[in-house]
Formats: sequence, C-alpha cells, structure tokens
Amino acid sequence: MNEGRPLAFYGLAAFFALFVLFLYGPMIVIFILSFQGPGGGLTFPMNGVSLHWFYRLWEGGGIVDIAGAFRRSLALGLVVMALTVVLSLMAGLAFRKRFVGSNALFYVAVASLIVPSIVTSLGIAIEFHVLDDLIKNYAPSWIADDFTTSMGQFTSGLGAHLTWTLPFGLLVMFAIFNRFDARYEEAARDQGATPWQTLRHVVLPIVAPSVVGVGLFGFTLSWDEIARSSQTMGEHNTLPMELQALTTTVTNPDIYALGTSTTAVSFAVIAIALFSISILNARQKRHGSDAGQA
Amino acid sequence: MATSRAPLESQGLPGWLQAMPFGLVFAAFFVLPLCFVIMVSFWDYNEYEMIPAFTTRSYTESFEGCLADLPNLCTMLATYLSTAKFCLIVWALTLSIGFTVAYFLAFYVRSATTQMVLFLVCTIPFWTSNVIRMISWIPLLGRNGLVNQLLMSAHLVNAPVEWLLYSQFSVALAFVHLFTFFMVAPIFNSMMRIDRRLIEAAYDSGASAWQMLTNVIMPLSKPGIAIGSIFVITIVMGDYITFSVMGGGQIASAGKIVATRLDALQFPPAAASAVILLVATMVIIGVLNRIVDIRKEL
Repeated sequence: MNEGRPLAFYGLAAFFALFVLFLYGPMIVIFILSFQGPGGGLTFPMNGVSLHWFYRLWEGGGIVDIAGAFRRSLALGLVVMALTVVLSLMAGLAFRKRFVGSNALFYVAVASLIVPSIVTSLGIAIEFHVLDDLIKNYAPSWIADDFTTSMGQFTSGLGAHLTWTLPFGLLVMFAIFNRFDARYEEAARDQGATPWQTLRHVVLPIVAPSVVGVGLFGFTLSWDEIARSSQTMGEHNTLPMELQALTTTVTNPDIYALGTSTTAVSFAVIAIALFSISILNARQKRHGSDAGQA
Repeated sequence: MATSRAPLESQGLPGWLQAMPFGLVFAAFFVLPLCFVIMVSFWDYNEYEMIPAFTTRSYTESFEGCLADLPNLCTMLATYLSTAKFCLIVWALTLSIGFTVAYFLAFYVRSATTQMVLFLVCTIPFWTSNVIRMISWIPLLGRNGLVNQLLMSAHLVNAPVEWLLYSQFSVALAFVHLFTFFMVAPIFNSMMRIDRRLIEAAYDSGASAWQMLTNVIMPLSKPGIAIGSIFVITIVMGDYITFSVMGGGQIASAGKIVATRLDALQFPPAAASAVILLVATMVIIGVLNRIVDIRKEL
C-alpha cells in the first residue's frame, strides 16, 4: 500500500502482539511452574527451582504408567504419520486426475472433520463390538476360543486417528497441487520418462517440503488426540487420555511436568519438520533450474 | 493450455486405484461406523447389553417431557439451548479476533517472509495439546491464581473472584484460546487470494481504509469466514472435553450428553444422542452452505 506506516498499522500490530501473548502466555506459565521446588504448589510464587516433579512423574509417583502411555502414543503417532503421508500423497495424486467417486470421497473426508469426534469414536466402538460378537459366534473354534477383542491401539485406535489426520493431509495436498506447475511433468515425459520416473524424479522432489508438512500434521494431531481415542483404544490409554484423566484431580505440579514433557515432544517434532523443510527448500534452490535467472 | 498436451489422466495408475487406500480407511472407520450408530440408536437394551430389536425407545426417552412440560424446557432442549449460546458467543469472539489477525497479516505485513513467520507463530499452538493449553489457565485464573493475586493486591476485590475458573467464562475463554486458529487460517487464505489490483483500484478511486475494509475486503473474505464459522460452530457443538475440563463438571453440552451416556456403557441411548447431535450439526452446516459454496472455495 502507500508509503509510511499508516496509523492503523500500529493499532493492528498491537492487537496481533496481544493475540500472540494470549496464545503463548498461559503455556509459558505452566512451563515455568513445572520446575517448582518440591514444596511448591499449583500457582505462583515459585517455591525454589527443581526437577522434582519431573522425577516424580517418570518414577510413576502416584500416577499411572506414564512411561508406557508415552511409548504407546509415540508408536501410534509415528505409524499414523507414515500412513497419513503415504495415503494423502496417493490421494492427492489421484485427485489431479478425474476418477469415479472423487466428489463423494472429497465430501466424506471433509465430513470426517466436521462430524463430532465423539460420534465417530462411538461408531467405531460399536463396529468393533459387533465384529467381536461375529468372531466369537461364527469363527472356527481355534480362533474363537482364545479370542477376547479385535479392538486395540493399532486396529480401531489407528483407524480412528486416521479419520482425523487424513482430511488435513488431503487439504494440504490440494493446496500443494493447486500451485504445482504441470509443465515440469510434461517436460519429463517429453524426454521419455516413464510415469514412475516422472513421479520419483520430478514430482516428489518438488512437493517434498510440503509433504513433510503433511507428516507434521499427522504426528501432532495423533499425539494430542483424545475425543476419537476415548472409545477406541481398547484396554490401554494414550498419553493425552491419561493427561485428561489427571485434570479432574489436579493437586500438585506433576501435571504441569507432564504437560511440559508432552509439549517438548510436540516442539521437537515441529522443529525437526521446519528444519527438514528449510533443508529441502535450500536443496531445491541449489539443484533447481536456472531458467529465467540472469 | 496448449492442445498438444496429452491429458494427465493417461499417466501412471488410474486415479481410483491411487485413491483406494484413502477411501477404504474412510469406508471402514467413518462411513460404516456412522451407519452402525444410526442402526444401534434404534436397538433395544438392558443393563448389560444392547439387544438387536427395533425400538424408538432411546429417542422417546431422550425427548421425555419435551412436549408435556412446555413452556418449561426439558433437559435435552435446555442443553441444546445452552450449547447454542456458547456457539454464538465463541463464534462472535473467534470471528472478530480471527478476522482482525488475518487482516493484519494479509494487508499490513509487507514482506512475504515475515508474513509466513507470523502465520507460523499463530499455527504452532495448534500442533500442541489442547488439554495442556486448557490446564495452563489454572495458574492464572484459579482461586489463588495470578489474576486473583493481582486483583487482591490492587485492592479491587476483597475475596478471590470465583467465577474465573470452572465456569461458563472459563469454558468460553478456552474455546477462544484453542480455536481462533480455525478462523485465522481460512480467512487469511481468502484474503491472500484477493486480487491486489482490486485494492489498488479502490485506493485510486479514493476509498478510505475503512471503506476498503467494508466494501472490498470483507465481501471477498466471505468464503474464509464461512469455512471458519463451520469449523468453530461444529467444534463447540460436538465438544465434551473443553466443557468437562474447563467447566469443572458443572456445565452440560450437546457433545457431553453422548459422552455421559457412553460412560454408562449404554450404546443405544448414546447412539440416539449422537444421531440427534449429528442432525443438529447438519442443519447448521446446511444453513451456512447456503451462504457460500464450500467446495468451490477450497
């Protein structure tokens, strides 16, 4: 717009700064409070500085199996991430062509974002109950005899998480391919590349940074998911479910320590993703075409 | 488009095959489960299990007294009314905050890099845990929290203010804190697509910044506003975690009805309340979809 910052700029910038403070302020407070001294409570003032509550947390002091929940959530998050990347990428490629049912599939994916998570969770739980009954009643006895349930972290739980991460993955893929210049592919094909070679050596390297973004969504959304997990995880809880259970009896700062630990993982993943994206971008600049450059 | 190009369709695997794994996940874990929810909502049940026999019992029990007790509201209607009130409050707040933030990012930040960094700053909390972001209000709003400490030391109040936490206020605050991002992202996206020449034209025709905002930018941001509104309203409608954690177990909501019935391990009544919730959500989206064609805008 015009030269010189208009007055409105300063007003809006102040508003934005307040918004950022609103977003991050409370989080920063609990990070600080998680380092309370052993005698400290849930609020300020700080009663010394220590790692007491982290030790207590990881020794399982009073709280259920946190280390186990941590491992389970991590494993599930990584599987969800991998599947989200692969399935969204394939679907993203598919949506560039025309195929029967593409409209319906798109609407189903968007509906999955909008239908309340608790409803989806309930549906999956009912589905697996019905499946269990079928197996118990109709499967050959060598299966049915020892059978307890088909529900579990990597069956119903994994499916529940994918219905949440995949729509985001697809939307990101749409954004990527909307901006994708198809002439690169045509150039590759004109020079005799097979469809697979075009995908492997032209399309994938170009979209790679954004695909890392899809992976980031896949992991973080799964890592923090509760509502869809609530009915679908079978006998073991994931980390955020344990965290939510703890909120009903908040009495000392170990819940903050758990919060800080969980968020540290999220931030580490975000940092790795952003770092990979910048590396991939730099690599693209280095190896990319010099066409149009002076 | 040059005519010599062969269509993309002819390349590689057919589209339906590439989309199949994606589609199968939604068939198995979304479409089929929803069918089960609808089916089971018409099943009978006893204390131990659901019984596959058709009955509308779960629905009639859900709406028990809704007609007979009028003008007093039955539990179901009262809960939906209260949830609708939260939807409206949270929608108004997230929209005004989200629009202002997006407007600043899209039109007042000059360098594209700064723009992306600031947008990322707004996005990062979205990649962290909602529950942690909720409990992070406890040290601020609790009985002995920072806000009460400040108010007391400034002698503005004599006793700690109780309604700051585990109240309607804290529920609404948490929603705004957690979900304003769902407004910022689509509105920012819409604003970035506005042809800058339209802004120039309005400017050259002598429009003030305010006229530009109300006559050019707001109408052209409508798709983003609609998408953000759908997200925020459906989240509040279906939420039970924020209501439970921030409401201290005292505040009922449409989503919480389903969760409460599930805690009792009664699938048919839970399914019936889920169907009711689904229908309510669909009605809202139907109305919003009349205002803007969502598919066209993505």
